[in-house]
Amino acid sequence: MTGGIASLTIAGVREGLAKRCFSAEELAREALGFAEAENPKTNAYLRFAPERALEAARRVDEKLARGEDPGLLAGVPIAVKDVIVTRGVRTTAASRMLADYIPPYDATAVARIEQAGGVIIGKTNCDEFAMGSSNENSAFGPVRNPVAPERVPGGSSGGSAAAVAQGTAVVALGSDTGGSIRQPASFCGVVGVTPTYGRVSRYGLIAFASSLDHIGPFGRTVRDAATLLQAIAGRDECDSTSAFAPVPDYLAALDGPVKGMRIGLPREYFRDAASETADLVMRGVETLRSLGCEVREVSLPHTDYAVGCYYIICTAEASSNLARYDGVRYTCRSPHSETLAAMYRNTRGEGFGAECKRRIMLGTYVLSSGYYDAYYLKAQKVRALIARDFAEAFGEVDAIVTPVSPSPAFRLGEKLDDPLQMYLSDIYTITGDLAGIPCMSVPCGTTGEGLPVGMQILTRHFDEAGMFRLANAYEQSGGR
Amino acid sequence: MKLTEEEVRYVAGLANLELSEDEVRRMCEDLGEVLAHMDKLNELDTGNVEPMAQVLYDAGETATLRDDLVRPSIGQEAALANAPAARAGLFKVPKVIER
Repeated sequence: MTGGIASLTIAGVREGLAKRCFSAEELAREALGFAEAENPKTNAYLRFAPERALEAARRVDEKLARGEDPGLLAGVPIAVKDVIVTRGVRTTAASRMLADYIPPYDATAVARIEQAGGVIIGKTNCDEFAMGSSNENSAFGPVRNPVAPERVPGGSSGGSAAAVAQGTAVVALGSDTGGSIRQPASFCGVVGVTPTYGRVSRYGLIAFASSLDHIGPFGRTVRDAATLLQAIAGRDECDSTSAFAPVPDYLAALDGPVKGMRIGLPREYFRDAASETADLVMRGVETLRSLGCEVREVSLPHTDYAVGCYYIICTAEASSNLARYDGVRYTCRSPHSETLAAMYRNTRGEGFGAECKRRIMLGTYVLSSGYYDAYYLKAQKVRALIARDFAEAFGEVDAIVTPVSPSPAFRLGEKLDDPLQMYLSDIYTITGDLAGIPCMSVPCGTTGEGLPVGMQILTRHFDEAGMFRLANAYEQSGGR
Repeated sequence: MKLTEEEVRYVAGLANLELSEDEVRRMCEDLGEVLAHMDKLNELDTGNVEPMAQVLYDAGETATLRDDLVRPSIGQEAALANAPAARAGLFKVPKVIER
């Protein structure tokens, strides 16, 4: 009917609906059927939401029948990471702790998707409470990389990246605290965007580290990711940290010229120059140069301190945010506890997986009496230095280009027993979150083994338009 | 660097987190290794640096408080719907005070 649902774009859906090639309901049924049939290959979805999807699709069809504007995302099959709440549709954060949780409200991003005519078909797998870089920390089994099934899809938004790569959703929502959108986008060969901190409301995002958490889009093209961001961005009075800044027309900005744009390559991100990943990113940079960009070296001198800084701040905030799971309000309670104190301890001991426990412990340790100044306060000061590095670099350049990850997708199990190695692999993505600037991964080729590699683009606060323009010019040039 | 089992048990107590003997031993290694990496931050002199508690950027309007208006909320039934035990509009918990 759709002639290849796995490669549909948002524009393709719009055209198909306009030409009556299919109705939104027919497309939703086909998308649900395809996603369910494909899911055993990757475990990308934790559950589907057929009733909700068909209802949303029918609303689009009714609007079309009445001649009304059905919205920017009309009829588009969309997957949503399972840390973003959906009213009446079970939302688990991939944790035993929330295995039966049915949210009583919708996240703002979810509500805005449906207001724009989007059709949410299911909830995607991820690392438990978004903590991880491989999607192996899910209580409901790992996700496999659709490009290379014996490898991880990246994390924590591995299910959303895999769904878009596999073609079971046209676009998807993920969340990013230290790279959880860009790294899986890179590993799966799709576009992933972490907008400016505060650009998208976090109302209804199950909190991990509140000073770092973002919601952002995945797409198979820059245009599709930009379109989804367009629909969800903007001030929300339910989230006091959401920004007042007006949302520009990202789609109008996409095709602008990039000639003369100044691109900075931070020398600290290219030390491992012999790697295949660095080669592919440098080929991408050469393409940008051929499009008329000026390329120069810059320095972000505090890069080596970013992993330590990030894991202090994110674990401290996580230990505080996860304190709410105490067996009283959120479905899970240990059955064998005589006292309230034992009920707290046992519920948390039984409900959380290994990585969550590790981070709660680290966070509690760095916040504990006598250690607060040495760890948490120190990390906040180092964070200021990392943010200043970027501010100074953006005095010289308009965009910064780096690898997303030091290596392509690794094998399932390869790093699972070595938490520090897993944390260190986040080095190139956590800095953008610490500074709160927009950043994205755009595919820039595949290794000799056929594994996708992503190129990261970072711009100034609220310059998503410039970032998209550069990424789109690169994509259009056939750079990948 | 390696934490002692006493340190791990103390922190687990603060976090209200029950850990098995195996988990305690594992935490001694894992936390120690990560904390040792975090100690790298001490190489930096941050004496004159203001801590960054949140992302700050130039923005026109910065009022983040809404008007104090009464608005509908989700309601008691919905708020209790996910409770593992509830009765008479309240969350039920194990006995806190002995008779």
